[in-house]
Amino acid sequence: MNVFFIHLAFLFLWGPAAKENIAPEPEFKIISFEEFEVLTAADSDKLRIYNFWATWCAPCIREMPHFEAASAQDPDLELVFISMDDGRRPERVTSFIKRKEIQSPVYLLDDVDFNSWIDKVDQSWTGAIPATLFILPDGERIFHEGELEADELQKLIDQFKP
Amino acid sequence: MNKKSTFALTLLAMFCLSLTAHAQDSGYQIGDEAMDFTLTNVDGSQVSLSGMENARGAFVIFSCNTCPYVKAYEDRMIQLHEKYAPQGYPVIAINPNDAQLSPGDSFEAMKKRAEEKDFPFPYLHDQTQEVIKAYGGSRTPHVYLVNKESGKYIVRYIGAIDNNYQDASAVTKHYAEDAVEAVLKGQNVPETTTKAIGCSIKWTRNSE
Repeated sequence: MNVFFIHLAFLFLWGPAAKENIAPEPEFKIISFEEFEVLTAADSDKLRIYNFWATWCAPCIREMPHFEAASAQDPDLELVFISMDDGRRPERVTSFIKRKEIQSPVYLLDDVDFNSWIDKVDQSWTGAIPATLFILPDGERIFHEGELEADELQKLIDQFKP
Repeated sequence: MNKKSTFALTLLAMFCLSLTAHAQDSGYQIGDEAMDFTLTNVDGSQVSLSGMENARGAFVIFSCNTCPYVKAYEDRMIQLHEKYAPQGYPVIAINPNDAQLSPGDSFEAMKKRAEEKDFPFPYLHDQTQEVIKAYGGSRTPHVYLVNKESGKYIVRYIGAIDNNYQDASAVTKHYAEDAVEAVLKGQNVPETTTKAIGCSIKWTRNSE
């Protein structure tokens, strides 16, 4: 009888863990602008892509699969989705991630004092989303405001990749 | 990296810069004269800057029905109008979004929203997108404070309403109010241009 319960306990303990191993959930966290700056200032051998989006933004959602596809087939890319959603309601983002089966990390940038940081991302950014920041391995930053089609994105990646 | 690819990259970077520079330069800068316009209001009337009675200027705000930032600011737009229209600076909201791309921004939907929120200000439809292109608006909401000076509408402030869309009580910078207060006192606007995250304009395709 005891052995049975031990087995049962193990089943509960290992069950969820095993499930996670099969389908890992993408990383989600809420970050400050300072944390975003640390992230983008770090060294990397990869072409890093930071895509600014929100769950309510139709053109953002349209272009997301292009970014995911590019990232899935190219290990030299590092893609992070930067969510502009309401930081008081992170569940809107986490449920979106589940529903749309997003694979790449998603960070919710929780700083509504927009004017204090938009220019630091890029001077040319007017604040409209979607928008995408590319950071080359040598640290060069290239910014694109507006929706990208799959072929437009691929062209940019091909041009920027080392 | 070889010379050729460096050259190509430089060219590309210049191209990107010229594109973004164009996006910035295509609209008004502080001190520019803004065009007047005549657009259809939700009540069916035609509204223009010059037709606003007793106006000394206006807050021209590119707005829409579908953007969560706009929704967060609608009550503050009403307050701005109620406070400053009697002093000569009414709010004029303009929806520039293409209704085919964004059905929630149709003229019918605009009428409904204006009724629901009981907008005390005009809510106009920029169907041809001619006005937003001239002004250089890139997102909703996007505020242009124009001041009538020697019969011309001079742009005195471009940007956000304030610095906290989520919580009006937590705002620490009232950009739009500070701008109009300065104009009313004949002083320089403290912060003439601000940026905010906003919804992209739903541009009509092939309209370039």
